[in-house]
Amino acid sequence: MAPPAVVARGLTKRFGDLTAVDGIDVTVAAGETFAFLGANGAGKTSAMRMIATVSPVTDGELSVLGLDPHHDGQVIRSRLGVVPQEDNLDLELTVRENLLVYGLYHGLPRTVIAHRIDDLLAFAQLEDKADAEVDALSGGMKRRLTIARALINEPDLVILDEPTTGLDPQARHVLWDRLHELRSRGVTLLLTTHYMDEAEQLADRLVVMDHGRIIAEGSPTDLIVEHVTREVLEVRFGTARQAESSDRLVALDLPEVESVEQLAERAIVYTRDAEATLDALGDHGLVPRGHLTRRATLEDVFLRLTGRQLVD
Amino acid sequence: MSVASDVGTGPGGPGPTRRRHPAVRVLAAEIIGFRRNWRGWIMSSLGNPIAFLAAMGVGLGSLVDSGGGSATLDVEYVTFVASGLLAASAMQNGFGEGAWPVMAGLKWRRNFEAMMATPVRPRDLLAGRLLWGVVNFTGNLVAFAVVAMLFGALEPGPALMGILPALLTGIAFEAVATGYTASLGSDTGLTNAYRFAIMPLFLFSGTFFPIAQLPGVLQAVAVATPLYHGVELTRKLVLPGAAPPTVSAMPAWVHVGYLVVMLAAGWWWAARRLRGRLYA
Repeated sequence: MAPPAVVARGLTKRFGDLTAVDGIDVTVAAGETFAFLGANGAGKTSAMRMIATVSPVTDGELSVLGLDPHHDGQVIRSRLGVVPQEDNLDLELTVRENLLVYGLYHGLPRTVIAHRIDDLLAFAQLEDKADAEVDALSGGMKRRLTIARALINEPDLVILDEPTTGLDPQARHVLWDRLHELRSRGVTLLLTTHYMDEAEQLADRLVVMDHGRIIAEGSPTDLIVEHVTREVLEVRFGTARQAESSDRLVALDLPEVESVEQLAERAIVYTRDAEATLDALGDHGLVPRGHLTRRATLEDVFLRLTGRQLVD
Repeated sequence: MSVASDVGTGPGGPGPTRRRHPAVRVLAAEIIGFRRNWRGWIMSSLGNPIAFLAAMGVGLGSLVDSGGGSATLDVEYVTFVASGLLAASAMQNGFGEGAWPVMAGLKWRRNFEAMMATPVRPRDLLAGRLLWGVVNFTGNLVAFAVVAMLFGALEPGPALMGILPALLTGIAFEAVATGYTASLGSDTGLTNAYRFAIMPLFLFSGTFFPIAQLPGVLQAVAVATPLYHGVELTRKLVLPGAAPPTVSAMPAWVHVGYLVVMLAAGWWWAARRLRGRLYA
């Protein structure tokens, strides 16, 4: 049995007075896909950089692939693949040369690299672009190349920082597909994202970070069950009537409704049965001007936990 | 592709102990990048010496020599300038290599950040870049020496002797420039360093005239600056029989010592700054 990919206890990162990561405890099992969810500035990237062994740990304990990042950084990095938030491909080189150079950095023999490049080009669906300069690639292609590059050393653990930020929907889905394939091969994936659908799509387990701390942990389904209801009804009564109507809605205290979040322009009703709740509102003369019934998502969990006001 | 297998135990992969040093891997990667830029490299490696030797050596030189300059210098002016320019051009290349590519690696292309996700450490990155500097500058200097021979400025033997001291000058400048660049937030500082340090050094460190021609105070300043030692050491080796003021009155080991200390200090500083930048 392989040791856990990551074990962090009281892991802390401070930059001067700023505490970016504030004593987090995390265990990522080998083969698991694990996500760090959080708003910008929540401390996800700082945590990732410590795990990637390029940022010294200020306090607490950290082991990566069973090794100590401080002493065994080089060995850890030889078994790690890193996909940074912003692509840092070498734009002056071709697709193939980018992979070759990375293989050289890992100290792999050229014959091995050449063999892996063919596999990786197929994996990243970039065979046609092998000899194109990176500058000419689309955003989605660059991202796939960055991921392919991170796999040149056949890593045990792949760290992805906001892998699909800035990509169009097609490109995101292609990328998720690639990540699912990696997962099915048994690679441990560690990703950060602020896209809730991404975490739901990919993660076996996740933690929600806010102000450097972990405020919730579990599988996407567990978190939804624990913090919100399965279904959500959003109702709008119009600006003039909104406050009064949503007060009345709360006062009704309908049995299937678990909680109501009152906002300026709408009320978000967490309910076991959205359709039944909507009917019940009609029965009590509370007919909304507009409504939306939907399944609860991680986004609801996230917003409930971290609040709706802008962080920065 | 078996993703979960260990690196180094893959098909045909040698064990970690047989691997090349990470600094050599960085050098190998630099050479791959160079393959895309060699045309420009050839142009500047040949173009600069041709332009300088034509203008300074032949053009200005005919005036100097007919005006009694060669009596003071004991050699033709074109020979004097060519020997000085070997070191001065190495300084320019050294500064250039420690400045813009380092800024690009840290900020613009961020390929240094990409390297740090591999077993390459900041110190390997630095050593690899300095190694590349040795290869690159040697090429520049050989091109310079060939051009100088074609101009009749240097004999093959002396030209060859000048390459090693000029190379030491170039690498010392690259190391210091790397440390300086890694402490900067933007490239404004690089432009200023070129304008206020490299250009004055180029003009006043004995490349174009012996520093004995300068007023006394400026002579002392020139002696304290690094290019002076590079130029004088190179010229001593290119013109073994020359006497002051054509060459310095100092023994060669003082010049060597200055440049070696500068290289060591620059290397230490650059390693520290790169580490601070890349391992935050």
